[in-house]
Formats: sequence, structure tokens, C-alpha cells
Amino acid sequence: MTELEQNVEQQIKQLQEEVAQLKSKIEAVENTNKDQLSMAVVSGDMDKILATMVIALAAAAMDTEVKLFFSFWSLSALRDKNKTAPNKNLISKMFGMMLPKGRNKLKLSKLNMAGMGPMMIKSLMKKQNVLSLDEMFKQADELGVEITICEMSMNLMGFKKEEMIDYSHLRYAGAATFVGDAGESSAQLFI
Amino acid sequence: MTQDELKGLEVAKSVDARGTACPGPLLEAKKAIGTISTGDIMEILSADEGTRVDIPKWCTKKGHEYLGSVEESGFFKIFMKKNK
Repeated sequence: MTELEQNVEQQIKQLQEEVAQLKSKIEAVENTNKDQLSMAVVSGDMDKILATMVIALAAAAMDTEVKLFFSFWSLSALRDKNKTAPNKNLISKMFGMMLPKGRNKLKLSKLNMAGMGPMMIKSLMKKQNVLSLDEMFKQADELGVEITICEMSMNLMGFKKEEMIDYSHLRYAGAATFVGDAGESSAQLFI
Repeated sequence: MTQDELKGLEVAKSVDARGTACPGPLLEAKKAIGTISTGDIMEILSADEGTRVDIPKWCTKKGHEYLGSVEESGFFKIFMKKNK
């Protein structure tokens, strides 16, 4: 092989590497700003969960992919009132007793008035034909809204997988999953 | 389109979403759009004022044609044409 040929071969190799690098960069760019909404839901107040679900449903109705990341207080909303988890330690049991068991037991962030507020809101919602939280979760599941439970905070609060709601698009993951999803989403919200 | 033109439209599907507030009508419209053909006109009945603003946004995003709305007593008729 002459020196010239060797040179050409090396240059071709270099070019191929550069093309491959560019390709992966383009793919990364194409993956950002997807028609996708990522929400980090941290609050466990009834009003905040309502807002979360209304926005999620509206986005899903517009064919935007929706990914909800539930963490800390919001996990109360994902507890199934009919389920119990076995083998809990004392602190977990205490947390479980003190925190709302399920979306229908959530408190309002304002005007809770020892449970009067949520009762009034629920009756107003019914009167004004607003979907109930039960109905909203059902619709969200039908529309493929994904709910991810932050496993770390679930363990921290002493909740277990066995006591979470039946929801077909439910998964468990860590914060990096939210960061990844949010990175490719065109909209991100923190509630 | 004028109000009279809208009222005279022949609709392939009428979605009565008066029994539900935001985002109910949008959800019902989304479900119904799958049941009609391209070029068909659909009307959505909604008592929710926000829906009148939301449906055009949805149409723009999905490439459908928003035709206009008519106010009836206590509710709106929102007209749109399915484009694809």
C-alpha cells in the first residue's frame, strides 16, 4: 500500500467516525421537544391533584403524550382505599394512618375546615358536572396517561406497592426517569 | 362562516357534552372524531364556555378545521370539520 492510499484510508475512517457522531447528535436533538408533557407531582392536596389531572386529561385529549411523576405527599392520592400492605414497621404504620388513604380522602390546601371544604368542593363539582377524581383517573388510564411512582419517596413514606391503585399505565422508577422524560418533553410542570 | 351558515350545516355527528365540564367536552370530542370520516362535520354541544376556546386550539393542533360556534340558550354549538 502506498503512502497516499494509507492517507486516504485514514481520512475516510475519520470522516465515517464524524458522520456517526453527527448522526447520534441529530437523533438526540430529534428526541427533545417531543409532543410530550412531563409533570412532577409532589403535592398531596386535593386541589393540586385535581389541577394535575385536568391538565393531564386536556393534554391527552390533544394527543400529547403525558407522563406524571408522583413523589412525596402526592403518593397518598395513589393509595387504594381497599388495599392494605402486610409487614409494615411501626413508623410506616403511623405514616399510613396519618396520611390520606386514597384520592377521595385528600385535603384542600386552603379552606379545608376539618374536611368540610373537600366535601363542599365535591358537591360543587358534581353540581357543575366536573368529572370526579375517580372518573379522571379512569379516563387518564384509558387515554394512556403514564403514572410513575418515585420508589424512593414511596419507601420513605412507608408505602408499599401492594397498597397502590390498579392502574394499567403505572410504573415505578427513580428521579432520573423524570429527568430523562422531562428532557425530551416540550412542556414540563412542577406541582 | 356566518351564524346562519353554521346553523344550516349538515352534521355527520353531534356530540352532546352538556353534562360535563372542562375537560370533559374535549375528551368526548376526541372520542367521537374517530367515528366520523374525513370531510365530515361534527358539532359539539357544550355548556362550558372554556370549551368554545379549547376546541379551536385542538383543531389547529390536529389539523382539523374549526368552523365557528353558535350560542343557544344556556349552551354552545361548536362546529368543526375533520380534515384527516
